[in-house]
Amino acid sequence: MLAVACIKQVPDTTQVQIDPVTNTLVREGIPFIVNPYDTHAIEECLRLKDRFGFRVAAISMGPPNAEATLRKALALGVDQAILLSDRVFGGADTLATSHVLSAAISRLADQEEVGLVICGKQTIDGDTAQVGPGIATRLGFTQLTLVDRIEHIDPQTRVIRVRRKLEGRHEIVEGPLPAMLTVVRELNRPRYPIVPMRLASTEAEVQLWNNEVLKLDVNTIGLKGSPTWVSRIFSPEREKGEIIGDGAHDPQGAARMLIQRLLAKDLLPL
Amino acid sequence: MSPDSAIFTPLLLAALVFFAVSCYKRFSLVTIGRTEDRFDAVGTRLKEMFLYAFGQLRVVKRPFGINHFIIFWSFVILLIANGEFLVNGVFPGVSLALLPEPLHRVLLLAFDIVSLLALVSVLLAMGRRLLLKPAYLDSAYVKARSVEGFLILTFIMLLMLAYFGLHGVKIAMGQEDGAWMPVSSVAAGLLSCASPGGCAHCCLLPWGAGFWWAHALVLIAFLCFLPMSKHMHILTAIPNCFFRSLEKPNTQPREEFAKGMSYGAGRVDRFTWKDLFDGYACTECGRCQDACPANATGKSLNPRQVVHAIKTNLLANGPLLRKGGEPLVPLIDGEGEGTNTEETIWACTTCGACLEACPVFIEQMPKIVKMRRHLVQMEAKFPEELLNLFENMESRSNPWGIAPTERTKWCSTLAVKQFEAGETEYLFYVGCAGSFDARQKHVTVALATILDAAGVSWGILGKEEKCCGDSLRRLGNEYVFDRMARENVKLFTDKGVKKVITQCPHCFSTLKNDYRQYGLELEVVHHSELLQDLLAAGRLKLTKQVEELGKVLFHDSCYLGRHNDVYEAPRTVIATATGAAPVEMERSQENSFCCGAGGGRMWMEEFSGTRINHNRVDEALRIEADTICVACPYCMTMFEDGLKDRQAGETKVRDIAEVVAEGLRPA
Ligand code: SF4
Ligand code: SF4
Repeated sequence: MLAVACIKQVPDTTQVQIDPVTNTLVREGIPFIVNPYDTHAIEECLRLKDRFGFRVAAISMGPPNAEATLRKALALGVDQAILLSDRVFGGADTLATSHVLSAAISRLADQEEVGLVICGKQTIDGDTAQVGPGIATRLGFTQLTLVDRIEHIDPQTRVIRVRRKLEGRHEIVEGPLPAMLTVVRELNRPRYPIVPMRLASTEAEVQLWNNEVLKLDVNTIGLKGSPTWVSRIFSPEREKGEIIGDGAHDPQGAARMLIQRLLAKDLLPL
Repeated sequence: MSPDSAIFTPLLLAALVFFAVSCYKRFSLVTIGRTEDRFDAVGTRLKEMFLYAFGQLRVVKRPFGINHFIIFWSFVILLIANGEFLVNGVFPGVSLALLPEPLHRVLLLAFDIVSLLALVSVLLAMGRRLLLKPAYLDSAYVKARSVEGFLILTFIMLLMLAYFGLHGVKIAMGQEDGAWMPVSSVAAGLLSCASPGGCAHCCLLPWGAGFWWAHALVLIAFLCFLPMSKHMHILTAIPNCFFRSLEKPNTQPREEFAKGMSYGAGRVDRFTWKDLFDGYACTECGRCQDACPANATGKSLNPRQVVHAIKTNLLANGPLLRKGGEPLVPLIDGEGEGTNTEETIWACTTCGACLEACPVFIEQMPKIVKMRRHLVQMEAKFPEELLNLFENMESRSNPWGIAPTERTKWCSTLAVKQFEAGETEYLFYVGCAGSFDARQKHVTVALATILDAAGVSWGILGKEEKCCGDSLRRLGNEYVFDRMARENVKLFTDKGVKKVITQCPHCFSTLKNDYRQYGLELEVVHHSELLQDLLAAGRLKLTKQVEELGKVLFHDSCYLGRHNDVYEAPRTVIATATGAAPVEMERSQENSFCCGAGGGRMWMEEFSGTRINHNRVDEALRIEADTICVACPYCMTMFEDGLKDRQAGETKVRDIAEVVAEGLRPA
């Protein structure tokens, strides 16, 4: 059985600035990282490999340099890495992206049964959290989002039970395999690559699948297949803060005041 | 009274064979270790061996070491006497009496006196073990009052007593001239009294034979026991001083990264032969244990035990490994004496106190780093907290994972130049703590102000600066360190950097010592050295004497002091700025006690035992200083935190640069 981790190369957003004139992200010179949530997706796939002997494939749609991201996945122990890259995939919104990823997963499924597709809950650059559910919809997989724990999984009977992390509560959901999971950071602690694997990953094969391989209708992918348009990106104005209390002379009083304010705004979960 | 050589010769031969076989069995095992060149600079090595093995320079650093000095030299001198004894036992015609008479007499006198000295020293050593029993003689596997310890002392004592007895008899019987053997003459007197009247010859003969055989049997027993015991150091300590690391072990050896290799030491044969030989050289003196901050605060780490575990593991696995087999006893995380726990391996601050303390130059800490390398690089096993550190280092080139664009925030209010070869003389390598740590940024600003006041030509790399990688290397993440070191070496070379100022002893040592392995020879100064020079040359003129800091004490940081021998510079700077030499802590200079943050411990929790920084802060508080002066960002953090924990808000912590900057303010 195959577990597929969908991963994305993203700019290190803590280092990103927005160009005030064009309202776009300034990407020059910004290092790329693996989308942090996706590292948990890779880790969970690898745990399934350790537990049940699943094979693990990592797929990523992006420009040719996204190969580096897939090499990182290889260093962690995934068995197969596929880069979905083609000019016609460029400029895709979440819908078009999910078309490409689903097509790739279907292609993998032609060879070997896909039991699980795992995605990070969202990317830190787009923050939409739509691609995972899009894949599940296109493929008709059980859709389990915001998973923070896999309670039970049985490849034989093809059942999976997970815990979803929702605001202020958890939800236990069960469904049949194949399933698409989007995962949150609490799910696991990603492993650290060992050196022999890192060295091996530099020589391992990253397969390149373009549209000649996937043969998708160009009207469903890339810019053409994207109904979403970004009209403006901006940093919201931050209101000026306010100094309350007198921390220098009455730290206890100031702390009390702060706690009261936070409670009043319901910012302190008690 | 001469022995029956027909009985003695086979006995001696058997003992010699046994000795040779035991030695071979043990020593040949070190050949399973990796290669390492310790045969270079033979002249220097001989000199070091002479100073430290024969001169016992490190042994006598502790007062009781003088006792060992006496025993050691008695042994050396008595080697001649015992050699004669054994040869004479086999060939009764051969003895030192064949030498010219004056020489023979001098030798007899020498033997007599050193035997007495040895006897007294041995009694003192026994008394020390029995009555004083210093805590550091005990470890988990050897007790100060161990049977072995007393057995060896008893052997030596018996040997001396038999010597006096034997020669006493000879003198009493008129076979030797007592004039040159004062102690033996006393024995002769006593023996004569024991056999009043009668035929002296008949009475004393059995005594003589008794003493002879006692002497012979103890020697033989000693010979057989030697290779099995900690007293093997009699054979190994001298070569170990010869093979010592000629440079301070303040760096780790490079590792080559290629397919099919393994990294670090996860098995005993992954150490070098010298690492393995070290195990045989340990004297169990316990000095490293006594100096170790981790051990002092109740961690499971005891450097002596690490060495012992490697030796025990070698004895257990060596024969198998030599035949190409798999080890039986794991080196890490097994059970018993031949294994180290992960907790032990991660407890080391790489402070180097063990290295400094060891009288026979055993390299304890480097072995720990080698095991860390295995854990990190081959198994990805390390304390949880380090995952963030490792990732931050790789993605943002600083331990906190702060955006590199913020490296220059500290100089927003100053006019700071970028380093430009030809334009600026020095690169001020600010370092991660100096760039990002809120407290240390004050030090950075203070130092920048001083450099300008002294007219030093300097610049920074700004946002291009990267972490030096010190923590990674000490934590055993050599692979990532290697990448960062290459990047930095390239950056420095491209920029034409020749002279560097650092404010952090860790950057200092890494740039200065570790990067040399990458072919980069920089002139690196720690700011304490630069400040000392600027003040001495009169380039830096203070406007006032700094008095408001009160009584100032100075804490030596490990990577400035012990690892790089910079002790005087910070003290001189403080003395010049405040008008008084700083007060010293009990444990200072090469005996300084780590703050607890080195070796990557800065980024780990300290779960077991008490906190190392508390131990050090308490020591500082006992001196009742007003200001603790440091020269390292890690020490700064550890003292600031420790003082808060101890609610000693009155005591200030200042970097030496801040002290000097204080003296630049308008009077
Ligand atoms: S380097 Fe320091 S902490 Fe590490 S074992 Fe030696 S004395 Fe102990
Ligand atoms: S390693 Fe050195 S200092 Fe430590 S007990 Fe052995 S001989 Fe003594």
